[in-house]
Amino acid sequence: MKVLKTWGSAAALAAGLAMSAVGAARAQETIKVGILHSLSGTMAISETTLKDVMLMLIAEQNAKGGVLGKKLEPVVVDPASNWPLFAEKARELIAKDKVSAVFGCWTSVSRKSVLPVFKELNNILFYPVQYEGEESERNVFYTGAAPNQQAIPAVDYLMSEDGGSTKRWVLEGTDYVYPRTTNKILEAYLKSKGVKDEDIMINYTPFGFSDWQTEVSKIKAFGSAGKKTAVVSTVNGDANVPFYKELGNQGIKATDIPVMAFSVGEEELAGIDTKPLVGHLAAWNYFESIKTPENEEFIKKWQAFKKNPKAVTNDPMEASYIGFNMWVKAVEKAGTTDPDKVIAALPGIEQKNLTGGTAKMLPNHHITKPVFIGEIEGNGQFDVVWKTKELIPGEAWSKQLEGSKDLEADWVKLNCGNYNTTTKKCGGA
Amino acid sequence: MTRLLALLFLLLSAPALAQNADPYAGLAGDGYAEIEAGVSGLAASGDPRAGAILAALADGRLLVRPADKALFIRQGGAVVDARTGAAAADAADLKPVKANNRVRRAIEAARGQLDLASPETGRRRAAADAVFKARDAAALPALDAALAREKDAGVRQAMTEARAAVLLARPGTPEVDRLNAVPPIQARGDGDAMGILRGLGSDPSEAVRAAAARGIAAIETRLAIVGALQNVWYGVSLGSVLLLAAIGLAITFGVMGVINMAHGEMVMLGAYTTYLVQELIRAKMPGLFGWSLAISIPCAFLVAGLVGVLIERFVIRFLYGRPLETLLATFGVSLVLQQAVRSLFGPTNREVGAPAFMSGAFDFYGLSVTWGRLWIIVFAMAVFFGLLFVLRKTAFGLKTRAVTQNRRMAAAMGIRTPYVDALTFGLGSGIAGIAGVALSQIDNVSPNLGQGYIIDSFLVVVFGGVGNLWGTLVAALTLGVVNKLAEPYVGAVLAKIGLLVFIILFIQKRPRGLFALKGRAVES
Repeated sequence: MKVLKTWGSAAALAAGLAMSAVGAARAQETIKVGILHSLSGTMAISETTLKDVMLMLIAEQNAKGGVLGKKLEPVVVDPASNWPLFAEKARELIAKDKVSAVFGCWTSVSRKSVLPVFKELNNILFYPVQYEGEESERNVFYTGAAPNQQAIPAVDYLMSEDGGSTKRWVLEGTDYVYPRTTNKILEAYLKSKGVKDEDIMINYTPFGFSDWQTEVSKIKAFGSAGKKTAVVSTVNGDANVPFYKELGNQGIKATDIPVMAFSVGEEELAGIDTKPLVGHLAAWNYFESIKTPENEEFIKKWQAFKKNPKAVTNDPMEASYIGFNMWVKAVEKAGTTDPDKVIAALPGIEQKNLTGGTAKMLPNHHITKPVFIGEIEGNGQFDVVWKTKELIPGEAWSKQLEGSKDLEADWVKLNCGNYNTTTKKCGGA
Repeated sequence: MTRLLALLFLLLSAPALAQNADPYAGLAGDGYAEIEAGVSGLAASGDPRAGAILAALADGRLLVRPADKALFIRQGGAVVDARTGAAAADAADLKPVKANNRVRRAIEAARGQLDLASPETGRRRAAADAVFKARDAAALPALDAALAREKDAGVRQAMTEARAAVLLARPGTPEVDRLNAVPPIQARGDGDAMGILRGLGSDPSEAVRAAAARGIAAIETRLAIVGALQNVWYGVSLGSVLLLAAIGLAITFGVMGVINMAHGEMVMLGAYTTYLVQELIRAKMPGLFGWSLAISIPCAFLVAGLVGVLIERFVIRFLYGRPLETLLATFGVSLVLQQAVRSLFGPTNREVGAPAFMSGAFDFYGLSVTWGRLWIIVFAMAVFFGLLFVLRKTAFGLKTRAVTQNRRMAAAMGIRTPYVDALTFGLGSGIAGIAGVALSQIDNVSPNLGQGYIIDSFLVVVFGGVGNLWGTLVAALTLGVVNKLAEPYVGAVLAKIGLLVFIILFIQKRPRGLFALKGRAVES
């Protein structure tokens, strides 16, 4: 059955490719949209889903009549989890396929790798994943969370009485740029809240780490100092499953030491038995379990598109959804797909998100988002236990970090991504 | 900010307000603070329904009718009134009362108090532990009563520890009682005990502070010893995983001399076979689930072994004696296999369940030993000695050794060398497949599973000495233990780097590894 299904989708893909060949012949009739997500290699686990979401959204938009009276045509490329290849494929999309905008990237390093290409060829990238901030580029629109839209509220929750009045902190992360920057921000934030040095433990593990015995027993020992302890985990993708398995095996329950994760969503939980993990936490701007009419419709469409009634949705999928619809609105507002005009039209565009609010594109190219804290349930879903009252505007530059707290990004009035408010100059610290 | 403060104030004041109120109203309340107050209120009230209600709340079976805040419990298909236990009508508007960690902690503490009077020894023990953790002064009367009638020595001790913890945490305990409470805590001797004694650092009484300091010193020594042993154990466990991953390679690379970059993918195929077997068992014969891993072992061996034979027949056979080409070709094969699995099963992780005997941990004189890891060590040893037996004591093993030591002589003796080559490669691949069954228990079952092990496997085989199975065993355990001993001091990232540097230096000194083969066959 599974085999049949995949062959089916392979056939659909082949048909799609054939279509795009036909499409090239009548290029003036369509608007091309680039999809730059890894379909092979280590990141395929996360990014393939986003490619599918984009295909679904584009098909849906075409069913509604397309944009500016023209059909949209997806151009899918596979950068194969290879960072330099991302830049090559981006160049191919823009220069050869002449796409009007690109939706893609997952890891920060892939985004950094394509940045020069987007600047040079002046195109638009929509980036749908939560990231470490410290960036605002004219050609990039960030529809995932900045640290102040995920990490800071999550820590606030753990400090609150509902979250367990945490006094002692383990910052556990995979050793690369996102966890390191996020942990730097969190460390500064915790210290500003009066947490002492000895109550913070920071640990890094390599990519794909699988032997968590020592790390988990270290956490256990750190947590038995008589103060309420919590783990803030920026452990990336694949390493999470063995991490949670070890937590379960060593009997660390969420009521003893809760783990708050920033990179664990519905998709990641699909590979584990979640019963020993009930109560561990995740902070996101979207959960599949949130009951709104928009979300229910989205899930229904997604499961129908995947032809799998068990297909799950997650936060970066919602970010892709918001980004795509904002682009459509901006193109319609500008009346053209010319990147300069669309970039100018995007700030101020509003789009309903899937959780009952309205996301707004800000002048710093980030969007407003609600923050939810979810507890893992026995069925692999999250139960929302806390949420922000209103939408939080994304901050490109962290207020907690030296050198970045004076910076401001504003592409509308200042036309600058790193305006220094003390030296009154555009161009960084 | 002001709103946050207001919220905080509300949270702080709510339990105080709700303390004397009807616990049922608290349970039906809106915030987690109210529900928490309801839970503790219910436990303290001595209500005979308390146990059933708390169990229902913990399982998400406690329901509330939003209209009048009446509480119900779902029991199987039926719904009963929470207060009376009488049958009630099911209605669509009943909503489950939500529990978060805060409420769950309160439930654990409350059930601890209630279970102190349970007739089952195990539950009384768990209850004593729950009280120890919660340190709630309200549990003291129940604890004293339970202590007076307790017969079981182990449970008595747990209760004494719990009582001491409660007394030390409660403000206003007389100095004598505080002093008497220190020895039972010290005797417990684990991290939690240390946490309690550390908290006494600011005790007003000089004598209590001194006793606590002595207790801390004693526990620290004990924990240091246990910690060192624990690290060695972790090292052995990591070593057994390395051994499993490397042992197939010790055949294909060590004995046959084929640089097989697709070795990791054989491990991955084994893991996916386990997944398929489990899915089949779940769908057709759920009763056999406990045996799913045992059934997977021969299946994984056959699948990976068969793929190995095919690779040997169609790729490697043409490349013997050309290591560079073999390396590139097998690397290509590994990419093909990865993408094939990705297309068939999708890029996301597959869930492989753990049978009951592999879940959880037990305490062995202060060492915490997880069952899963223990079984993997046993399994790795069984595979190792099984393989040794095959190579040393069977006709097939004899032929394999003959072919690898002197191919032309073996051929002259009438051994069909191509046939032996294919089977030996199949054996190595099959063993890798078996390793996949074990690794599916501790790692992701994803198309990338094998990649994480290929480098480590080569390290182990090269370090141990190519062509020597015993060397592989010693190397795997050494690397595992050294890695785990270094990890607490320098962190996981540096430990790994340090190990690589060490092996590079070692290979400079002894290019043939720990246990080098001797003889003319090697020299040529």
